[in-house]
Formats: sequence, structure tokens, C-alpha cells
Amino acid sequence: MAVATETAAPAPTRRRGRPEQRPGLKRWLPYALLAPAVLLELFIHIIPMLVGIWMSFIKLTKFFIANWSSAPSAGLGNYKVALDFNNAVGQGLLKSFGVTIAFSLITVAFSWVLGMAAAVALQPEFRGRGLVRTLFLVPYALPAYAGILTWNFMLQRDTGAVNHVLDQLHLSDGKTFWLIGGNALVSLITVAGWKLWTFAFLTLMAGMQSIPRDLYEAASVDGAGNLRQWRNITLPSLRPVNLVLVLVLFLWTFSDFNTPYVLFGTAQPPAGDLITFHIYNASFLTWNFGTGAAMSVLLLIFLMIVTGIYLLGTGRRSRRA
Amino acid sequence: MRETRGFKIYRGVVLTVLGLFVLVPLYVMVTSSLKPLKDVQGAFTWWPSNLTLAPFVDMWKTVPLARYFVNSTIVSVAATVFSVAIAILAAFAVSRFRFRGRTVFTTTVLSTQMFPGVLFLLPLFLIFVNLNNSLGLQLVGTRLGLIITYLTFSLPFSIWMLAGYFDSIPRELDEAALVDGCGPMGALWRVVLPAARPGVIAVAIYSFMTAWGEVLFASVMTTEANRTLSVGLRQYSTQTNIYWNQIMAAALIVSIPVVIGFLLAQRHFVAGVTAGAVK
Repeated sequence: MAVATETAAPAPTRRRGRPEQRPGLKRWLPYALLAPAVLLELFIHIIPMLVGIWMSFIKLTKFFIANWSSAPSAGLGNYKVALDFNNAVGQGLLKSFGVTIAFSLITVAFSWVLGMAAAVALQPEFRGRGLVRTLFLVPYALPAYAGILTWNFMLQRDTGAVNHVLDQLHLSDGKTFWLIGGNALVSLITVAGWKLWTFAFLTLMAGMQSIPRDLYEAASVDGAGNLRQWRNITLPSLRPVNLVLVLVLFLWTFSDFNTPYVLFGTAQPPAGDLITFHIYNASFLTWNFGTGAAMSVLLLIFLMIVTGIYLLGTGRRSRRA
Repeated sequence: MRETRGFKIYRGVVLTVLGLFVLVPLYVMVTSSLKPLKDVQGAFTWWPSNLTLAPFVDMWKTVPLARYFVNSTIVSVAATVFSVAIAILAAFAVSRFRFRGRTVFTTTVLSTQMFPGVLFLLPLFLIFVNLNNSLGLQLVGTRLGLIITYLTFSLPFSIWMLAGYFDSIPRELDEAALVDGCGPMGALWRVVLPAARPGVIAVAIYSFMTAWGEVLFASVMTTEANRTLSVGLRQYSTQTNIYWNQIMAAALIVSIPVVIGFLLAQRHFVAGVTAGAVK
């Protein structure tokens, strides 16, 4: 109890027993425990973030990379370039933003629906249930690039499995381009969804297991069918799970870099130009790091606003914050 | 759910469709790795007409795969050990003590978790360059640099999930240990950690998986000497040839350790995710 209620300014005399323990220990112990984490967080997150914000206000071109602290100030110049939708950079960013929104929303919906369908199907015990469950987890366990490379191979125009199947089913002439042109977004959603739906499945499955069985039994006695039980018991009970799940899926897909990078290489088709990939290219291909940093800060602000609105709207505040 | 006729049909359809969706790419990966190069460069076939194990032999020569394997292993294991060890201490502090700055800390950890990696990539790169210029500390192009950057993903997640997991362990347990004469660290080591084993395992698996599969930082922060698998596998595509059969063989080989590890510990993973993330 003392452990749980100790405040920042404890009265050491309250402690009983354990005379060998120094009274100051209790006050310093949590800070000592946190020290490694705080130091690392500072080094890997806080300082880089501050540097990133600062970078967005300087003219950080390739001439200043080696000695970036001497780069001249750009004022709001980088932001003006990024947000000037009349020039090429601004238009590129806007378009990429639109593509990413579409990609995230469709991928999240796709993954959630598949995950839910599978979780419901696997609720009752049946022979082979454990095997199916394990199988469904494989895409999630696979290293991202291994799965994406396989899809890359399957989506090749002349040698890929996808065009072969479509050709056999007479759905197309087998000559569709999947990795360039307008179909790139479809490919991205399929590949990202392939990996992500199993996480939705895992989470929803775990959520369903914590719903009390007698709720369903009572509903069955009252004559409710499976569909009504799902709508009136499963769905409402999963609300807290769904709120977290959808937010996490959205943040993940919105920040996805692996899928476009491995699927397309460094030359992304405009229809599959996701924002993190766009920023990466804007920074490393044109060596204009200042603009890249400004775009990153804008992306960060956007994600924070979305998360804030979402958490406020759903009435859920972070657990320990 | 009652096993009505309708439900059985539903389950059959769902399992067939999703089973195919999951299995077909895995099947293509395995069978293509057993085909000679000219077969994977021609029209796709479901069944390999000329079975060969040559891709599994050649892949080590086309690309220095063994070195990438060693690099990936060292980096992933080190990142996992660091992030789990540091996260255990931090999560214990957050879960069992009330202290000034606790809210600031947890909020910061929670928020850094949602930031995309690309946001930290450039600043970290520049900081690394500066450390090299000023202190002579070589981080770009070294394993240490990569290990540190990988903590950007795994540390916040590990702290967050473990704190949630520790919270779900009754405080009475460690209080009993305190009464029995353990110090707080003794209580952590002898009582809380054993009880939190599924959570620790889940966090370790997650950290290892993210490090093993990481692409973004590896593509910028590595040079030939410390290149990891995620970047190394790209080198099977050359100007003249794409060795698809060897790519698939290599993808299969690099997947096996993580997939087996994950499947063996999946129960712990599920338990850890549920207790830590979904409350």
C-alpha cells in the first residue's frame, strides 16, 4: 500500500520495519528506474524532434549537410514551399496526402472487416480451429519485406501469379500493370491489408474471448439469432477494443513506409505515392532536407490533431496520462 | 454463437476465402524458390515442372547473405535486449510508484509511439553526423547506430505495454514480498517479473520482429559492412537479372526464425497484447 500511495514528498518516518532501508530511497528509486529510459527517449525522440522542427526553419540543402548547424535561416520559407499548392512541391504534397488518406481509410476498413469476419467464424470450437488461427497469424509474423517481395513477384505483369489467375478466369487478358499506373493503389491496399488484417483478427479475437458467455446464452434463450447476437452483444462489447484498434490501424497505415518502398522501389507511381515515402523521396532524392523537414512537421501536426479529435470524440483519454 | 446451418456455411466461406488469401502468397514463395531461374522468368506456373534446390545454394553467393544474416541477428537481438531491459525498469516505476513527472513521462512515451519513423530519420541522421564530427563517435554505418535507431520503435511500445501488463498484476503480490523483507527491486525481480512473463515475452517478440523487418532506417543508416537482410535482399535485383527464385528462397529463410518464434509464443503474445494494449 505504501508503494502505491507514496507521493513525491513522502514522510519517511511513516515507514515501519525495514530499518536498513534509507529513507530517501523511496523518493529516488522511481527516477533511478526511469533514468535509462528518459536518457534514451531524449536521445532518440525528443532531441531529434526538436532538431527536426529546427531543420524545417533553415535552408538545409546538400551544401549544408556536413555542417548543418551553419545553414542559413529560411524563416517560414520551407512551409511556404510545401503548402504552396500552385507549385510542383505543394501540389505533390497535396496529392500524396489525398492518396494516403484514401489508402489508410480503405486499408483500415478492409483489415477490420476481414479480421471481424474471421474472429466471428472462429468463436465456436471446431476441429482444426487452432491450426486455422495459427495459419492466419503467419502474414503478421512474416518480416514485412519478405511478404511484400512475394507480392511484388506475384504482381509482375508477365511472370506474376495475379495476372495468370485473372487470365485463367477470363477476368482480364493477363496484361494488366499492377505496379505502375492507376492500379498501384489497389496493389498497395491489397498488400498492406494482407499483413494488417491478421492483427485486427488477433485483437478482435482476444476481445471476443473476454465477453461473458452467459450474455449469449441469455440472448439465445430469448430467441435471438446469431446476427442479432453479433449486433446487440458482440459489437457493443467490443466498443473499447474497436476504438483503440481502429486508431492504431489508422496511425500505422498512415505512417506506412515499408509497403510502398519495397513494392515500388524508389520510383513510386503517382497513384501509390504515400506520404512518408513522398517525404523520404523529397528529402533524399532532391536533397532538399529543409522542405522534407517542414513536410514532416506538417504530417506530425496532422496526426496529433486526428488523434486528439478521435480520443476526445470517443471520450477515451489515455489510460495513464 | 450457435452452430446453425447458416453459421456453418458462413464459416466455410470465410475460412476458404481468407485461407486462400493467406496461403497463396506463401505457396508462391515456397514453390518459386524451388524453380530454376528460367522458369520464374517465364509465364507463371502453379506447379514447378523442374524442381531444384539450387536457389537455396546460389543465394548465398549472389549476395553476401550470411553477413546480412549475422548483422540482422546482432542488431535485432541487441535492440530487443536493450529495449526490454530498459522498459522493464521504466514500466515498473510507472506502474508501482507515484512521483512527480510521471504523467509527463507516460504522455511523452505514448505520443512518440504514434509518430512515423520518417520523422526521426533525418534528424537522427544529422545528429549522428554531428556526433561523428565532434566526438568521433561513428554511428552512421555501424551496428550500434542501427541498434539505437531501432529503439525508437521498440522502446515506447515496450514501456507502454509492460506498464499495462504490470498494472494487471495485483499489487498485493509485491506488497507481500516487501513485507517478507524484499526491497522494491527484489519484489520486481522475484514477484512482478515472473508473473509478467507473458507480457515480457510478447514485448521481446515484438521488438525482435520490428527490428528484423525494419526497412526505412536500414536503407539510410547502413553501408555494405553493416547491411541488414531487409536491404540486402534488394540486391538480388541487378541491372541485368532479377533472381526471383533466389529472392523467394532468401525471403523464406529469413522468415523462418521469426515465424517459428512468433508461432511458438503466440499465446503469450495474444495475452500480452490483450492485457497491455486493449483494456
